[in-house]
Amino acid sequence: MSVALSIKQLSKTYDNGFEALKGIDLEVKEGDFFALLGPNGAGKSTTIGVICSLVTKSGGKVSIFGHDIDTDFAAAKKELGIVPQEFNFSQFEQVRTIVVNQAGYYGLKKSLAEERADKYLKQLGLWEKRHTPARMLSGGMKRRLMIARALVHEPHLLILDEPTAGVDIELRRSMWEFLQDINAKGTTIILTTHYLEEAESLCRNIAIIDKGNIVENTSIKALLKTLNKEVFVLDTREALTAAPEVEGYQLKLVEEHSLEIEIEKGGSLNEVFESLTRSGVHVVSMRNKANRLEELFVSLVNGSADKTEKAEVKA
Amino acid sequence: MSPQEQWIALTTIIRKEIHRFMRIWVQTLVPPVITMALYFVIFGTLIGSRIGEMGGFNYMSFVVPGLIMMSVITNSYSNVVSSFYSAKFQHNIEELLVSPTPNYIILLGFICGGVARGLMVGLIVTVVSLLFTKLHIQHLGITVAIVLMTSILFSLMGFVNAVYANSFDDISIIPTFVLTPLTYLGGVFYSISLLPEFWQGVSQLNPVLYMVNAFRYGVLGVSDINISFAFAGVAVFIVALTVYCLHLLKTGKRLRA
Ligand SMILES: Nc1ncnc2c1ncn2[C@@H]1O[C@H](COP(=O)(O)OP(=O)(O)O)[C@@H](O)[C@H]1O
Ligand SMILES: [Mg+2]
Repeated sequence: MSVALSIKQLSKTYDNGFEALKGIDLEVKEGDFFALLGPNGAGKSTTIGVICSLVTKSGGKVSIFGHDIDTDFAAAKKELGIVPQEFNFSQFEQVRTIVVNQAGYYGLKKSLAEERADKYLKQLGLWEKRHTPARMLSGGMKRRLMIARALVHEPHLLILDEPTAGVDIELRRSMWEFLQDINAKGTTIILTTHYLEEAESLCRNIAIIDKGNIVENTSIKALLKTLNKEVFVLDTREALTAAPEVEGYQLKLVEEHSLEIEIEKGGSLNEVFESLTRSGVHVVSMRNKANRLEELFVSLVNGSADKTEKAEVKA
Repeated sequence: MSPQEQWIALTTIIRKEIHRFMRIWVQTLVPPVITMALYFVIFGTLIGSRIGEMGGFNYMSFVVPGLIMMSVITNSYSNVVSSFYSAKFQHNIEELLVSPTPNYIILLGFICGGVARGLMVGLIVTVVSLLFTKLHIQHLGITVAIVLMTSILFSLMGFVNAVYANSFDDISIIPTFVLTPLTYLGGVFYSISLLPEFWQGVSQLNPVLYMVNAFRYGVLGVSDINISFAFAGVAVFIVALTVYCLHLLKTGKRLRA
């Protein structure tokens, strides 16, 4: 299977000297449904900006289906459809005109442009609004207008930057279904999100970005597994030279008075204590070891709370 | 993009640009026509008759070509500056920037939009002027060529202004403080032969003078300046500004973060 998006050592320092991306690597396979997750200010929109050439990169390479965005830009851009985080259409133009014109910028003949525009406006529930000026649409409709506009040249890679921010639950579900459908028909999709739930229900693979670095790049399944485990540190009265064997559990000796153990959330420690007692080891204290990913998720959840509030104030 | 695809992209931009100024025709087409009609009434009929001859013609005949040129200049400029700046302001310029449309097509599209409005207003003003005077165009080729080149030149200037502008104030500063004085002092209303020698010399530094006079030469057959020199000057400015605009688009100044 070919590679839809390849990012190598991508860095971006903004004009004010802020280093938003610190040399990230990312690869998304054709057909994937991929999530880019990260707290506010992590660098998600900057990454997407570079991919669609609205942000000039400071270093590194980006290619889309093998087309380098610097040397083969027209071919790269034809493969790419982009749904930005902020609305970026003319407020005064009509819905259908916006979509038809976008097709024109990709060199599609007028008849084909109109056929495609009508197809996607119908699929996205905007057909009734086709002659409405964009400014009169609701927030959710504006978002769907941008999806129709991004799809009109039928790109193989669709990137959505926080597509469901500010969209109510019901509409969010129908948007998910729509995206799953076009993914099933072969379009590779990358979306950024604040909601782990969204990534969980839609995506197969995930990268987590924080402060301009990719901190995790794995499958959703593996990530959930990691998140579902807790690590405890047990301090023992006896000095140990090796970790005691406990059936069904992995214990790790950290220092001579300290052991680490991984437990599934909601699992029981009783068996472990019993077994330790039998081997003559006494636990004098116990604490929860901070999980780096978990901390990140707490900040994510808080971050997304901020975000929703802001979106509401804006509306 | 293949040449055919580029052609489609270009016509899409032009269609959109024309559609924009036609949609808001009350703001774009009506005011210049009213202003010019007032000029015709005041200068042509009310005080024109007291001025007597100017450059060997009655004042109305003299001032009409200048006023047509003035409306072409302001409308070409303001179409591109407002359209491109508002595309930047609303971020819909990103629709073009993410597309495979090459920069020179983007530039050409906006320039054609400016030229379309400049010429359309120029034409309406010409038609209105026929209510006040008769026009016998002496050199049709020169007339058409200079009006077209002037329109292109000021569309390009509007483009540069829009790229640099950071607010709606910024797009009215240049027209108010540079463009209007240059046009008013550019021989629209008088022949520079009326001026003392020193001010004649100063006036010759004003590029608008050359365009207005070349146009007046095309219509009336008289000019204060050398016509070939005027054409060459305008051509040089057009080439230089085109190169500069393409450079601005390439580096993405104020367009890409
Ligand atoms: N044009 C800009 N100039 C300077 N800093 C910027 C600019 N755009 C974004 N940033 C900064 O870069 C960081 C990453 O921003 P962004 O990519 O938008 O994050 P995210 O989309 O993950 O919330 C933030 O700290 C933001 O303030
Ligand atoms: Mg963002």
